[in-house]
Amino acid sequence: MAVTAPVTVPAAEAPIEELHRLWETPHTLYGALATVDHKKIGKRYLVTAFVFLLVGGLEAAVMRVQLAAPGMRVLGPEAYNQYFSMHGLTMIIWYASPILSGFSNYLWPLMIGARDMAYPRVNALSYWTFLLSGIFLYTSPFLGQAPNDGWFGYAPYSLQLYDPGLNMDFYALGLIFITISTTVGAINFIGTIMKMRCPGMSLNRLPLFLYGTMTASFSIVFALPALTAACVFLYFERRFGMHFYDVAHQGNPLLWQHLFWIFGHPWVYIIVLPAMGMISEIIPTFSRRPIVGYPMVALSTVATGIIGFGVWVHHMFATGIPPIAASYFSGASFLITLPSAVAVVAWIATVWTGRPVLKTPMMFALGFIVLFVVGGVSGVVTAAVPFDWQVTDTYFVVAHLHYVLVGINVFAVMAGFYYWLPKMTGRLLDERLGQANFWTMFIGMNLAFFPMHIAGLLGMPRRIYTYPAGVGLGAVNLLETIGAYIFALGVLLFVINFFWSLRAGEPAGSNPWDAGTLEWASTSPPPPFNFAVLPTVRSRNPLWEGHPGATAEGEVGPERSSVFRGPVLDRGRETLATSPLEGHTMAQQLMPEDSLWPLLLALGLTAAFYGFVFSVWWLACAGIVWVAISLGAWLWPTGDEADERPVHLPAPGVA
Amino acid sequence: MTARAMPTALPTAMPTALPIGNGVPRSPGWWALIWTIATEACLFAYLLFSYYYLASQARGPWPSTGPLSLTLAIPQTCLLVASSVVYWWGEKGIERGDQGRLRLGLLVTFIMGVVFLILEGLDWNNQPFTAKTDAFGSLYYTITGFHGAHVIVGLLLNLIVQIWAWRGTFTRERHLAVTNAGMYWHFVDVVWLFVFTTFYLTPRWG
Ligand code: HEM
Repeated sequence: MAVTAPVTVPAAEAPIEELHRLWETPHTLYGALATVDHKKIGKRYLVTAFVFLLVGGLEAAVMRVQLAAPGMRVLGPEAYNQYFSMHGLTMIIWYASPILSGFSNYLWPLMIGARDMAYPRVNALSYWTFLLSGIFLYTSPFLGQAPNDGWFGYAPYSLQLYDPGLNMDFYALGLIFITISTTVGAINFIGTIMKMRCPGMSLNRLPLFLYGTMTASFSIVFALPALTAACVFLYFERRFGMHFYDVAHQGNPLLWQHLFWIFGHPWVYIIVLPAMGMISEIIPTFSRRPIVGYPMVALSTVATGIIGFGVWVHHMFATGIPPIAASYFSGASFLITLPSAVAVVAWIATVWTGRPVLKTPMMFALGFIVLFVVGGVSGVVTAAVPFDWQVTDTYFVVAHLHYVLVGINVFAVMAGFYYWLPKMTGRLLDERLGQANFWTMFIGMNLAFFPMHIAGLLGMPRRIYTYPAGVGLGAVNLLETIGAYIFALGVLLFVINFFWSLRAGEPAGSNPWDAGTLEWASTSPPPPFNFAVLPTVRSRNPLWEGHPGATAEGEVGPERSSVFRGPVLDRGRETLATSPLEGHTMAQQLMPEDSLWPLLLALGLTAAFYGFVFSVWWLACAGIVWVAISLGAWLWPTGDEADERPVHLPAPGVA
Repeated sequence: MTARAMPTALPTAMPTALPIGNGVPRSPGWWALIWTIATEACLFAYLLFSYYYLASQARGPWPSTGPLSLTLAIPQTCLLVASSVVYWWGEKGIERGDQGRLRLGLLVTFIMGVVFLILEGLDWNNQPFTAKTDAFGSLYYTITGFHGAHVIVGLLLNLIVQIWAWRGTFTRERHLAVTNAGMYWHFVDVVWLFVFTTFYLTPRWG
């Protein structure tokens, strides 16, 4: 480390072919199953999660037909229970969080100037377990025994006595299965943010999207085990006759509610904070200026994640808990709106003081802000205990949760697709179709969910398969159904636009929106190694340095970023490791080769979970032994490594 | 454009040689273990939270068959704590390049862990209640069972590290696997102290 002569080269002189040879996954079946490329994994995440959105949407479409008029007979009560439970589970657990992981997986290394995530094989594992847990969950409808106790599976209904089928066993085991995926994914994000940022990317230069996913990842590490514990208890109680939730034997159903909401409320922030982070990337680009109040937005993201742990009891105001507890949690729930308000103010101020360009991603981002405010208001009123007693378990809550989830998650995801798909595919989506797409979804969404506030105040309970004629609920429900189908049309327009763009879209070029962050320095789509030379940054928007606006905002110091000149590192799959706070260069990181073990390990888990659900114990044991063997093989050292390697400098003039 | 606006030469120079960042403390692999331990620690925290919650809500004596016997639990506890010390002693050995001390430390730790599990099995058999008797029984078998599963994982890690140690893979400078497997072992050990206190001691305190 004593010698410090500069060994950087311009990107044009990097040995591109050598880098391709090192990083490219072979286009074979083996390559497809063994790849650890974060871009491939990210795209798989996005596609799979989007399919779950379509499946959950189909379930919603069927429910809306059933509810379109009083006394319909499309779904019976038992079928309706399974429909809304599967819809909720699919949307919240198998769509909303994985789709954001997809964006993060694809974009993080590009945004921080690295060649991959910190643990590429763990990344592959997290994808395979996500996919296989979804397949596991969706075995249940084919047996006619899908989860039927709502997405939060309250005890005692979920216990064997009241729900004797396999329905809630699939629920408990499916959730335990996907927590494995989510947890290892979160650890990968944390490791990446701590070690893999390019030189110079100190914490105060990190793109805000990364703050969102990072906070969510910490919440996952601390909150998800509560769900695991709750589901393990549930499964043991149902299958082995133990007692955790059953009052006759010293158990208590409220234990389930505590554990579930200790996980559940942080989860809500887990599925919105990264989405808010995406909006914080998109709004500045289309306002043609850096975001207003960057440190405040970054801090409020982290604060939201922390306070999110202190509000779980607000889901339980109606359970007869002591008033002192209710007041505390009510207060915390009011408090948590403050950091969100900071973010909203920052976005509005950015648009206000910028020169907004109303392209499709920006339209979705602005729609997002509107829905965020409506959903936030209907949420903050339910933080008031007496009001909550009035509306709990009515359609008012259904309206609130859809404003929050569709508004803050789906709209951000759409904005993200229109913004980043050109980077992933190299093609722009059609702008006119995009605008039509936005307006159908925006109108459809409001028509579908605004009337639910009224239905709720009129007293329509949630989770009922029908309602009688003549109580004044027919008109609002018909409107809701029409709105739902308009929304579905909007989703269809997006799918059409996507496939159209693949065939006929305009080539995007590396930076179609003239954005400032590093992912736009790479080609569209990026090469397997992301960057031919590893960049060094000196500001938050390295590609905007030299723009008069960025300089005026004081974003740029005296030193300049070096995006197209840097070290190559081509002795193997290598990238740079830096220090967690300042982003000082510390080491060369050797990255793993492609590997089948992540998939094989995930298959072992799948076998084990099928063994558990059908009580085939030999299968469960074989699965677990297989997991142990895979782990051993995975961790086995590949060979001895030298302690230092020279940073490779190609001979001058060699391309 | 001024020369300053052209991002050509970097004022802060890149070093020509860098250490390899894999397989050393504070490397990404090390951090992965830290966060895995953190999330597992949370799992045990939630499991024990469930115990205290149900204990606080229980009607009638808790546990219904009276406090648990300490005859096996105290030797178990001593054994596990001692095994951590032995492991640490072996790890210190490799820090001085002493392969023999490392191998001995790992082997003795392994044996102590196995004996712990045997005592645990005997203790399970001796209890006057089963997992189906009531919530206390269910919690007891579930949580000690979870802990036992973690001991098994710790032993498997120990086994892998031992194979490497006997083959002489580790050096004074590079022995992260020893450190990592050790951190996991100490973690399992600390969890036991909480489990032991919760099930064996707190019912005696009132
Ligand atoms: C236009 C699209 C959607 C429509 C028409 C729709 C419709 C519905 C309907 C009819 C219910 C059942 C209400 C009841 O009977 O209580 C429901 C429940 C629910 N929806 Fe949606 N939904 C849509 C999108 C979403 C999205 C995107 C998410 C999440 C990201 C979501 C999450 C939920 C949840 C969590 C529940 C509660 C399930 C339960 O009660 O256990 N929905 N939705």
